[in-house]
Amino acid sequence: MAREMMYADAIAAAIAEEMQRNPDVIFYGQNMAMTERDPMLRRFGRNRVRIAPISETAEIGIAIGAAMTGLRPIVELWMSEFMLVAFDQVINEAPRFHYMSGGQVKVPVVLKAGFGFCAGWAGQHSNCIYHTMMGIPGLKVVVPSTPADAKGLMTAAIRDDNPVVYLHPYMLTLEKGEVPEGDYVIPLGSADVKRRGSDVTIVAVGWMVKKALAAAERLAEEGISAEVVDPRTLAPRHSSAAAVIAGEVAEYGFEHLRSPIRMVTALDASVPYSEPLENFIIPSEDKIINAVRSVLTHQAVSPLDPFRG
Amino acid sequence: MKTERKLGKDRLVWMYTQMVRIREFEEAIKRTFLEHPGVIRGHAHLGDGAEASIVGTLATRNPKDWVMPSYRCHGYPIVLGTLLRKMMAEVFGRKSGLCQGFGGSMHLADPAKYFPGPSGIIGQSIAHATGAALTAQIRKKGQIVYCFFGDGAAKQGAFFESLNMAAVWKLPIIYLLENNQYQAYTHFRLEDANAIAGDPLSKKAEAFSIPGVTVDGTDPLAVYKSVAKAATRARSGKGPTLIESQFYRLSAHGNVITVPPLPTQFPEHEAIAVYGNRSEFEKGKSKDPLPRFRSRLLRAGALADSAAKRIESAARAEVQDAVRFALDSPFPAPEEAVHYVYA
Repeated sequence: MAREMMYADAIAAAIAEEMQRNPDVIFYGQNMAMTERDPMLRRFGRNRVRIAPISETAEIGIAIGAAMTGLRPIVELWMSEFMLVAFDQVINEAPRFHYMSGGQVKVPVVLKAGFGFCAGWAGQHSNCIYHTMMGIPGLKVVVPSTPADAKGLMTAAIRDDNPVVYLHPYMLTLEKGEVPEGDYVIPLGSADVKRRGSDVTIVAVGWMVKKALAAAERLAEEGISAEVVDPRTLAPRHSSAAAVIAGEVAEYGFEHLRSPIRMVTALDASVPYSEPLENFIIPSEDKIINAVRSVLTHQAVSPLDPFRG
Repeated sequence: MKTERKLGKDRLVWMYTQMVRIREFEEAIKRTFLEHPGVIRGHAHLGDGAEASIVGTLATRNPKDWVMPSYRCHGYPIVLGTLLRKMMAEVFGRKSGLCQGFGGSMHLADPAKYFPGPSGIIGQSIAHATGAALTAQIRKKGQIVYCFFGDGAAKQGAFFESLNMAAVWKLPIIYLLENNQYQAYTHFRLEDANAIAGDPLSKKAEAFSIPGVTVDGTDPLAVYKSVAKAATRARSGKGPTLIESQFYRLSAHGNVITVPPLPTQFPEHEAIAVYGNRSEFEKGKSKDPLPRFRSRLLRAGALADSAAKRIESAARAEVQDAVRFALDSPFPAPEEAVHYVYA
């Protein structure tokens, strides 16, 4: 069963359903649930639905500590740029504890924020900053592009045992679409083909999916069949300075390449303490030489190979 | 005498024992830099001088209360009953360590003992401890949180934001500000507004309209008394207390930061190495909590000299065993480094 819903309502529905299902899920943020008329407050009570002061470091840090000790907090941060005030907690605290503790501690928090408000909010409230949270080992980032994805990804984010940054483009807030009722989970890491096509693939996230689909329609009129793919999950995936440069080379110098690009970077993990572990994470001369050899012999490398450069 | 009677002889002896175990552990770490250069990597921060403050505080603890300190974190799990072997092995980066060598000295974690593990970034753990108090409040099982941090951390935004939220939500937490006189290498009279005005650092509590107390952190019974009151307040739903525990850090902030392959070592205390003020250091050392508590227990008849000597040699043997165990333990296999990135 599905019914038509607004994007914003689909997010709220996922949060309410998970709070109903699991008493460990709590929800707080600035300027929310301020009066007793608030529907979430009426349903779940002041213990689990709270108002926070304008204190992003404490809001996120408290969520981390609550998660380390057994809760599953969702923090309403409103605008993704507000996370920058507390970036230590987002980048250097939440994603590190599972690793630093040798797998003993889990940090299941959801940091929910809107972004990309193209309505004249200017330089500090309108930007896409998700690239700054890509390539952070331990952190997951999702960007839903439809009401159905908004629900399925929020449910998955709440149930995930890792910190998940859930970013929703403000320009999709009023978008309507069919949303499955009841338990609906989209596994984190699964992309979606939003439109089939055979001539070209457009990869887009968030609001840009809508634009890509519209562009694909116009291209179809010209006889070009464009596929539109939405990755939906932006992290984890390998993301580094090397990835950006490799992307530039692939975009502007593809015809000069005689072999697939190989990237020799630190592995996708925080830097561990013990010396043999640390040595394994950082690039070595051997890894550089192996990568050169594999480029010269056109050898394919699996991104899942832990021994890759 | 009243606090002594309330605690009883066994508890007093337990307190002295824990203080000695912490001191022996920290002394062994310091010796390792000389005896086994290169075995301890990165940055190790010692808690010698803090023993009375740590033990006096945790003597008020119930078995399921959470303990969340800063990265200067060796002393607390020792009191909670974490195996010294596993702690030392972690500091030496071995597979048999608490965190299998992933964390090291600054990131000891033993969640089974209600010790979820500290952050290495100054002040940030204050927010995490406050979050544990939120869990305690929501779960309603009577748990409270002991949050320890230094005078330096009390200048971080995380401190002010967390104390405000804990006061607003009346969270069951005790903020134990360990004023060990130095913010890393800087004397606290050079960077703390309260100190510069001649006020105690506990005055910061007034900003949040919560109780703020300053206590002699070299006296475990004075610490116990103040913290017990704060614990009662936290358990009865009245919210947080800020306690400034004043003592003198007896070692430098941490080992010298060297670039490999230069071996790292433990330097002299900042009072001497940075400020050339040996008399300040000697004065601090004269208030060493261990000999003072020892002679107090001897005077009160709670402990005989022979029994004290047995405690001291047992602690030494326990720590020596931990060092041997850690040195003999294998390192983790390199490819394990990609484990535990995601849960």
